[in-house]
Amino acid sequence: MSAFDVVIDVRNLGLTFETPDAPVHALQDINLNIRHGEFVTFIGPSGCGKTTLMRIIADLEQPTSGVVTVNGVSPREARLKRAYGYIFQAAALYPWRNIQKNVELPHEIMGVSKAERAEKALRYLDLVGLKGFEKKFPFQLSGGMQQRASIARALSFDPDLLLMDEPFGALDEITRDRMNEELLRIWAKTKKTVIFVTHSIDEAVLLSTRIVIMSARPGRIIDVIDSNLPVERNLETRESPAAQELAHRIRLGLKAGHSYDEVK
Amino acid sequence: MSDGILQGVKDKALPVLAVVALIILGWYALSVALNWAQVSERLVKDGGAPGVADIVKGTWSMERPVLPSPDQVAVEFAKTTFGVKVTAKKSLVYHATVTASATLVSFALGALLGILLAIGIVHVQTLDRSLMPWVIASQTVPILAIAPMIIVVLGNIGITGLVPKSIISMYLCFFPVTIGMVKGLRSPDPMELDLMRSYNASQAQVFWKLRLPASVPFLFASLKVAVAISLTGAIVGELPTGASAGLGARLLSGSYYGQTVQIWSALFMAAILGATLVYGIGGIERLVLGRAGQSASARS
Repeated sequence: MSAFDVVIDVRNLGLTFETPDAPVHALQDINLNIRHGEFVTFIGPSGCGKTTLMRIIADLEQPTSGVVTVNGVSPREARLKRAYGYIFQAAALYPWRNIQKNVELPHEIMGVSKAERAEKALRYLDLVGLKGFEKKFPFQLSGGMQQRASIARALSFDPDLLLMDEPFGALDEITRDRMNEELLRIWAKTKKTVIFVTHSIDEAVLLSTRIVIMSARPGRIIDVIDSNLPVERNLETRESPAAQELAHRIRLGLKAGHSYDEVK
Repeated sequence: MSDGILQGVKDKALPVLAVVALIILGWYALSVALNWAQVSERLVKDGGAPGVADIVKGTWSMERPVLPSPDQVAVEFAKTTFGVKVTAKKSLVYHATVTASATLVSFALGALLGILLAIGIVHVQTLDRSLMPWVIASQTVPILAIAPMIIVVLGNIGITGLVPKSIISMYLCFFPVTIGMVKGLRSPDPMELDLMRSYNASQAQVFWKLRLPASVPFLFASLKVAVAISLTGAIVGELPTGASAGLGARLLSGSYYGQTVQIWSALFMAAILGATLVYGIGGIERLVLGRAGQSASARS
């Protein structure tokens, strides 16, 4: 692994909120490297800081200690260079824009020409399986389709890094399975580096090349597990012994974090 | 098909007609009650022992009743609206036009002022802290107290007519626009704002592509309130001007001479004008939001 390969480098990161009673350690002693092309999942209970950690990487939140670099520069510089596409828990499509116009939004802000905007929007809508829905408005689409549109929007300006914050958390399980398959396909096709936040062990097993297990109070990393599943995956992969074993390890890790929390 | 339409008319029109009929009945009853004393006194004075029927009939046909009957108002309304040339001083249409033009000018100015204030308040923290109390304080001063002063001051520097009236009315109608727009411009949720931040969008881009479109439903809600208020403002503004033209003038001269029938028909004209303006804004709203595929209830 060469230094050039490292997309994200987190060192001794901490974030403490000062509250009237006692300081809250949202994140403590976080150390993490993410290499190019990895699919890294942050998993942990609510309040473990997984979303916060991703928001710090995205420069949407500021740490109180430690250093983060994204592509070798600070998160702020990376954001100014539009290094990442962020996918939120909700699709966050603007209701007054149709789907195509929503996907064109980042390019519109970057001042890309109208023709190129449209061409890119159509290409990525096709990629996420929304061909023919360009002129629909968000409220005319199901939750899963809206989230697809938001993925197309994040991909449209071709950032190297995708930050996905529980993107399928609000969807039903059947839709979520389908979206997971789609995501695997898109990831294989686009070769992006992905950071993915989730509550779901199934999702973590199926998608990740590396799983970061986190725990709450203080928010910290308990374990980092490399997935030994084959790169070619589908929903059935979850049933394989290797996947079961991986899920078991994640569950143990989460439990360890939990009991540690209780003795405190 | 026609059955369906008939059914629709029955379902929708019947309740409305029933309420209108009740109001009219109640109105007749009230005008009997309120005019009774005067009528019976006069009939007795004229010599004779009037019966109930005579008095009731009398209460619905007085020249200067305390409360005119609906048919008296309707006749006066029709006479002054359709019976005279629209340019005549007696025409209600003429007076309504005068008031409507002041209303529209002040509404346009007030909406503009309201929007500009809201933009300032949302974007500049100092303005948020320093301006908002003044905006609120401005509305606690009774307009009736300020209106004559504005007329006098502007009259002194030679400005009369439409402008002072519009300023009085603008003073009233910018307020709901400011409040509505501040709320509307702040309506995007943190996720929608973070999205813009992740694209490194400038403040101007956030305004034009997010805050402004998000505020449109709020804007229209407050514009409807504002246009109704600016009509009231225009009428109030006409009162201290010496009452030469406009619905306010009609009301004032009616009350000088005890012409209650004239007052009531002017009131009806004002109500019709107000409703037309509010529905007009509603129509524009449907056009604008309909085209954007966004119903007013799509965001809350």
